[in-house]
Amino acid sequence: MSTINDFKGEKPTWCPGCGDYGVLNALQRASVELGMDPEDMVVVSGIGCSGKLSAYFGSYGLHTIHGRSLPTAQGVKVANRDLTVIAAGGDGDGYGIGMGHFIHAMRRNVNITYIVMDNHIYGLTTGQTSPTSDTGFVTKTAPKGAVEHPVHPLQLALASGASFVAQGFSGDIPQLSMLMKEAISHKGFSLLNVFSPCVTFNKQNTYEFYKSHIVKLTDDATYDPTSKAQALLRVSQEDAIYTGIIYKEDRPTYEEMAPNFSETGLATQDHSLSADELEKLLVQFQ
Amino acid sequence: MHMLQELSWKVGGQQGEGIDSTGKTFATSLNRMGYFIYSYRHFSSRIKGGHTNDRVRISTVRKNSVADELDILLAFDQETINLNARELREGGIVIADSKFSPTLPDNLTQHVHLYSIPFTKLAEENGAAIMKNMVALGTSAYVMGLSPDFCAPVIQSMFGRKSQKIVDQNMAAVRAGYDAMSSQNADFSGFQLAPATPDQHLLMIGNEAVAFGALAAGARVMPAYPITPASDVMEYLIKKLPSVGGVVVQTEDEIAALNMTIGAAYGGARALTATSGPGLALMMEALGLAGMTETPVVIIDTQRGGPSTGLPTKHEQSDMFAALFGNHGEIPKVVLTPSTPEECFYATVDAFNYAEKYQCPVLILTDLALSLASQSVTPFDYNYVQIDRGNLATPEALAAVEPGKMFKRYERTENGISPRVFPGQKGGIHHVTGVEHNEIGRPDEATSNHINMMNKRLNKFADIELQGSISYTGDNEPEVLVVGVGSSIGAIDEAVTRLRNQGIKVGHAQVKVLSPFPTKTLQEYMNRAERVIVAESNATGQLFHLMQFHGLQHKAMTSFLKYDGTPFMPKEVEAHLKGAVPAWQQ
Ligand SMILES: Cc1ncc(C[n+]2csc(CCOP(=O)(O)OP(=O)(O)O)c2C)c(N)n1
Ligand code: SF4
Repeated sequence: MSTINDFKGEKPTWCPGCGDYGVLNALQRASVELGMDPEDMVVVSGIGCSGKLSAYFGSYGLHTIHGRSLPTAQGVKVANRDLTVIAAGGDGDGYGIGMGHFIHAMRRNVNITYIVMDNHIYGLTTGQTSPTSDTGFVTKTAPKGAVEHPVHPLQLALASGASFVAQGFSGDIPQLSMLMKEAISHKGFSLLNVFSPCVTFNKQNTYEFYKSHIVKLTDDATYDPTSKAQALLRVSQEDAIYTGIIYKEDRPTYEEMAPNFSETGLATQDHSLSADELEKLLVQFQ
Repeated sequence: MHMLQELSWKVGGQQGEGIDSTGKTFATSLNRMGYFIYSYRHFSSRIKGGHTNDRVRISTVRKNSVADELDILLAFDQETINLNARELREGGIVIADSKFSPTLPDNLTQHVHLYSIPFTKLAEENGAAIMKNMVALGTSAYVMGLSPDFCAPVIQSMFGRKSQKIVDQNMAAVRAGYDAMSSQNADFSGFQLAPATPDQHLLMIGNEAVAFGALAAGARVMPAYPITPASDVMEYLIKKLPSVGGVVVQTEDEIAALNMTIGAAYGGARALTATSGPGLALMMEALGLAGMTETPVVIIDTQRGGPSTGLPTKHEQSDMFAALFGNHGEIPKVVLTPSTPEECFYATVDAFNYAEKYQCPVLILTDLALSLASQSVTPFDYNYVQIDRGNLATPEALAAVEPGKMFKRYERTENGISPRVFPGQKGGIHHVTGVEHNEIGRPDEATSNHINMMNKRLNKFADIELQGSISYTGDNEPEVLVVGVGSSIGAIDEAVTRLRNQGIKVGHAQVKVLSPFPTKTLQEYMNRAERVIVAESNATGQLFHLMQFHGLQHKAMTSFLKYDGTPFMPKEVEAHLKGAVPAWQQ
C-alpha cells in the first residue's frame, strides 16, 4: 500500500497560503485512498504556479508548455491505457491559451482527469487578468477593471459534452479529495474546477470569499448529478457558487470507440510486421 | 517501325469531372504492364470546377520527373486545349470531346493535330455519359498501339465488386473509343510505345510511401490535423492503423497534434504527425518542448507554396529554414529530405530509429511534387526495417534505483544520450519538463547546469553525418556540379545525363539530410568541381544559404531558383546549366 509520502515530489515553492497546496494535498490523499501506485500515475501539467503540481507530486510527471497539458495528457493515455493520467493547470492555462483543447478534450472523452486550479488571476506572471477574472476586477493589465465577461468553465463543459463535471475548493480538503477520487474513478474525461485562491495577487477571491459564497451540492439530497437539466440550471445561477459533482454521465470513452484500438499499453508491444503482412499491405499499390 | 521508349500524355477538364480517376486508371494499367510511370496532377484549392489535369509520363526506364513535352492531350473542355496544347511537341495530338466543338489555338494549327471524338455520345450509347473518360482511354490505347483491354484488369478491380454489368459497360465504352480512333484512318506510328520490361513495380505517391514506412516502423499513434498536401498520410493510416491496434486522432489543430504526439511518444508509443507549412508554423513551440525533453517524435512536413496560405496545391521547397530554425531556443534535431517514394519509405523507417536513438525530434521534409506525384517504385526491401528503440533503461538499472530516489532520465553520458523509461515502469519515476532541468528532470537554473545540459543535448550530433546524406551521380571532376534537394532529383538527373551525352562534364549531388548537415561530404564534391549551382524551388535560396551557413566554400557558387509553383523540368535545368558556362553556349 502506498502512503502520502510516496506521493511527495519536490518540495513546493508556492507562496505560503497558496490554494495550490490544498490541491496537492487532496490529490495525495485521494491517490492513497484509491490505492494507487505512483508508478502508474502521470501528472501532465501546463505552465503557471499551478503547473508546478507535476513536480511536487510524487508520480511520473510531465510539465509541458503553456496551455497544452490536455493534448499531451491525451497522448499519454492513448499510448498507454493502463496509466492513470491527470492533466493539471491554471485558469489562464486551460481557459485562456488552452481553451480550444479544453472544449475538444471534453467532446473527445479520453479517459483522463483534468484539474484546473482556478484563482481568477495569472499568478506566475505576477498578477494579470485571467479569463475567469470577474468583470471590473482590477489587475496590472486592467487598472480600471476588467471590461470583459468572464468565461464560465462549467457551462462550457456541459455544453461541450463533458462526461463528468465537478467543482471544488482547496479550502475544503475532505470534499476536494472526495471529488478527486470520483473524478479519477470516472470512466471518461472528468473536469474538476477547483477554486484555489492566489493569496498574493488576488485580494478579492479569497478563502473568506469562497467560504461565504459556496453552496455544497454534496449537502443537497435533492440534487441529481445525472440530470443535465438540473446541472445547467445550477451552473447558470449567478448568486451562488456550487461545489460538488455537478454532472456525470456514462458514455463510452474515445479509446473504446476508436475502431479496434489496442487495449493494452503500446509501449512494450512488439510492433514489427512480418514480410508477409507488409506484402499484403502493398497489394493496393499494384 | 520506330517505337517510342517513352511517351507523355495528359488528360484535362473541370475539377470534379473524373479527371483524377481517368489519369489513375491509365497510369495504374500501364504500371501493371511494367512501364514506369511518373504522374503529376495540376489541381486547385476548390472542389468543383476550375481546370485540372493529370500528366502521365510512361517510359520503359525509370524517370522521376515530368517530361519536357507532351505527345497526347485528352481534352474534356476547350479550356484544357487553350491552357495545355502549347506543351505538345511538333506533331503531337489533341483528342477532344466533339460535344464542345473543340478548336486549336490559331498559332498551333500547323504543329499539332486535333481529333474530335464523341466521348460523351459514345459513352451514352454504352450506358451513361459518366463513362466518357473510358471512351477517352480507348482512344489513347489505339493511338499508342495498345490493346483496348490494356485497362481491363484495373476496371475489373474498380467496379467488379459493384457488378459485372458495370465492368462490361465500361469496357464497351473503352472499345467504342478505340474503334472511333481506328476509323479516323490516321497514321499514329509516331506514338507506338515500345514493349515494357517484365519488371513489376508499385505505383505510389510519396505520402503513401511515408505512411507505409511509418506503419512498418511500428508507429501506432498519429495525431494530426488535415492539410493539403499532407492529408493522404493521415488518411492512409486511418485505414490501416486499426488493423494493428493503432489509432489516428484527428485533433483540433496542429498545436494539439504535436503536443499529443509528444505525449504518446513519452507514453512509449512510436508516434508521428504530418502537416504542411501553416501547420508546421503552429507546431514550433511544441517542437522546442520535444527537443528540450528529448522526446522522440517524427514530424512530416509536406512543403507547399508559401508564405501564409500561399499556393496550397502548388509545389515549393520553402520550409527548410522554418524546419531548421523555426523554433525558439536551440535544440538538436534531424531533418531528412528524401527525393523519391522509395526514399520516403526508408527515410521514415530511419526517422523513427533516429528519433529514439538520438532522443530528439525528427522532421521529414517532402515537397508537393514528391508528396503527390504518383510514381513507379521498386518493391521495398523489408529486411531494411529494423525497429531499434534506442537506449532503454535495463531492468537492473531500474532495480538499482534506491527507494525514494528518482531515475536519472537525463543522466549526462559520453554521447549525450541517456536511458529512457516509460511511465508505468517500476523504479523509473522522474520528472520531465521544458524548464531547464538536472539529471532527474528537476528544474535547475544554475549557470553550470544550463551549459552542461545544452551541451549534452546539442552535442549528440557532433561530427556525425547520417548514412546516405548525399547521393552523387555524374562526372568525378565536373565543370559544373548541381546541388539539389527533394523531388528535383529526376529533372536534374535527366538534364545531367543529356549534357554528359553531349560530352560535357557535369555532376549532381542531391542533399538528403539537412540536419546534421553533411558539410564534409558536400565540400569534397564541391572541391572537385569548377562551378557549383544550387537548384531549389524557392525565392530566397534557402539551401544555398544553408551551405554558406555551414561554411561551405567555392569560388563560383550560384543559385538557380524556381518559385512559380511548378517543379523543375529537365529542359529548364539543362538550359540553365548550359547558360552558366560561357563555353557551352554555342
Ligand atoms: C506561450 C506562452 N505565453 C505566455 C507565457 C507566460 N505565462 C506563463 S504562466 C502564464 C499565466 C499563468 O496563469 P494561470 O494559467 O492562471 O496559472 P497560475 O500561475 O495562476 O497558476 C503566462 C501568461 C508562456 N509561458 N508561454
Ligand atoms: S503567486 Fe498566487 S498562485 Fe502563485 S504561488 Fe503565489 S499564491 Fe499561489
